[in-house]
Amino acid sequence: MPVFDLSTTPLRELNSALHSLSKGANDTAFEIVNPRGSHAVAVGIDSPVSVEVRGSVGYYCAGMNDGGTVTVKGSAGPGVAENMMSGTVVIEGDASQYAGATGRGGLLVIKGNAASRCGISMKGIDIVVYGNIGHMSAFMGQSGHLVVLGDAGDALGDSLYEAKLFVRGTVKSLGADCIEKELRPEHLEKLAELLEKAGVAGVKPEEFKRYGSARKLYNFNIDNADAY
Amino acid sequence: MSYHNPLTPPRKSATFDDYTLAEIRRAAATGIYDIRGAGTKRKVPHFDDLLFLGASISRYPLEGYREKCDTSVVLGSRFAKKPITLKTPITIAGMSFGALSGNAKEALGRGATIAGTSTTTGDGGMTDEERGHSQTLVYQYLPSRYGMNPKDLRRADAIEVVVGQGAKPGGGGMLLGQKISDRVANMRNLPKGIDQRSACRHPDWTGPDDLEIKILELREITDWEKPIYVKVGGARPYYDTALAVKAGADVVVLDGMQGGTAATQDVFIENVGMPTLACIRPAVQALQDLGMHRKVQLIISGGIRSGADVAKALALGADAVAIGTAALVAIGDNDPHWEEEYQKLGTTAGAYDDWHEGKDPAGITTQDPELMKRLDPVLAGRRLANYLKVMTLEAQTIARACGKNHLHNLEPEDLVALTIEASAMAQVPLAGTSWIPGKGGF
Repeated sequence: MPVFDLSTTPLRELNSALHSLSKGANDTAFEIVNPRGSHAVAVGIDSPVSVEVRGSVGYYCAGMNDGGTVTVKGSAGPGVAENMMSGTVVIEGDASQYAGATGRGGLLVIKGNAASRCGISMKGIDIVVYGNIGHMSAFMGQSGHLVVLGDAGDALGDSLYEAKLFVRGTVKSLGADCIEKELRPEHLEKLAELLEKAGVAGVKPEEFKRYGSARKLYNFNIDNADAY
Repeated sequence: MSYHNPLTPPRKSATFDDYTLAEIRRAAATGIYDIRGAGTKRKVPHFDDLLFLGASISRYPLEGYREKCDTSVVLGSRFAKKPITLKTPITIAGMSFGALSGNAKEALGRGATIAGTSTTTGDGGMTDEERGHSQTLVYQYLPSRYGMNPKDLRRADAIEVVVGQGAKPGGGGMLLGQKISDRVANMRNLPKGIDQRSACRHPDWTGPDDLEIKILELREITDWEKPIYVKVGGARPYYDTALAVKAGADVVVLDGMQGGTAATQDVFIENVGMPTLACIRPAVQALQDLGMHRKVQLIISGGIRSGADVAKALALGADAVAIGTAALVAIGDNDPHWEEEYQKLGTTAGAYDDWHEGKDPAGITTQDPELMKRLDPVLAGRRLANYLKVMTLEAQTIARACGKNHLHNLEPEDLVALTIEASAMAQVPLAGTSWIPGKGGF
């Protein structure tokens, strides 16, 4: 297993190694030690590698991940797994703001809390947060699922498009055009699938409430100007 | 014999002129602000207010058609492993597939490639046709991140992080539902037919310190190969340029208020931002203060129309320019050939700016399959290439007259201003004097 010690090895060497794996390579499990809050750790992965980070990372860890599995045994700075295409990213601790921003696919699991703007402009990613999420989460969310086992802060789902939001705890306030919606059987099924994938045990899909777009702001109408 | 008081003709208000009155009535009738495309239509100090001095006893010219005047430019030499080399410093600005038809994007790629320059994607992602027909393609990284993916990042020749644009510094975009075809909707991960709002701020960074880390991420994803541009609208050019350099940009793109947009509020276009002419010298000053002039390249856009404009922008210190509106005109936008149809839309050739409605008779700013067919991308590409070559020749003609063997050797010293305003903005003397407002001396 290749081990990269970021206290002695430049970040460039790590990301270069992750990008230069040939098809069918055997050595696809990477370990990173002493990340010490480094930014852009394991970004642009484009093959099914497995990366374990022993410690906390800075901005944009696993950014644009496409097919890799990245586990952070610590907390993550802003923009973890931003614009993820596919694969899995697991944060054992907390995540800072913009977690999963604009993500297009794959699964992001945050075992602690996520700060503000979690899932901002999400475009297909699935995000499961064991704890709470901050304000303005899923702002302009286009598609994908955001599952929150704890509470959500202010303005959840502001200006939401078609992303589906599930919160088990309280929601401090809903953003413009975001409403509570009926939890139908297909949603329960999807929730069960996501909880299982995220390794959540002892929590039932029925404990969640679903939030989505009222679709009143989809086409501009001057009489809705107060909502903006 | 009766006496009649002499009559004076009816007098209209300069403040409440016909256009203003009509706009008040339109707003009252519709309840919505005016949305349109293009850049500012108001008259602002511009390159027309500058003149070149040419050669004299103390400056000798180069022989036209005989002595070489180089026009090449290298962009991205600061950090990128693979900087871009262009034959001409006139590039094509970012315009989205969605705002423009597929044929129009193809035409821009073809024309730019023939002329040896670059073209740029827009807010909507990269299409295969565009990539295929563009030898050098700059991929925009926008707040909306519509169509953003690592594969396209890697197949781009450069990346342009868009912070703002001249038509609307501080504003996002809007692609109205009528232009959202199945393909556009799919590229943007949104349902068909709804208005697509493009955010004005990036979703995962704010401020120059974050931008530095964002640029690091993009470089790491692309293995430090691609030049990274940062594009800003003409708002605070000195500080924006300095901060972009600090954040690690290879190239700064600065777009004045004459720069076009696909669609935004008229009130925004006409009242926010600064004229292109007012932006250049502060940006160049920032680069010089940091010791980065010519190391970080400066691309100027917003109202570039001719080789004279190109030469003036370069003389003021830019490394290259970008054209958008002029490129669309070259491929057929607002062409009098379609006058009858412009009239049916309540406008006239040369004034059509409802690009967001998707009814463009020229088939350029539309997704209507029938209208799109009107634009032959091969012919339109050739027209654009011709135009780019003419502009380049014009700029060379002026440079030779000033005795320069490279366009980059043009200097502010070669220029004078026709108005006090232009003199102050461009920081070149008022013609016939040695006076620059704010600089002292007479």
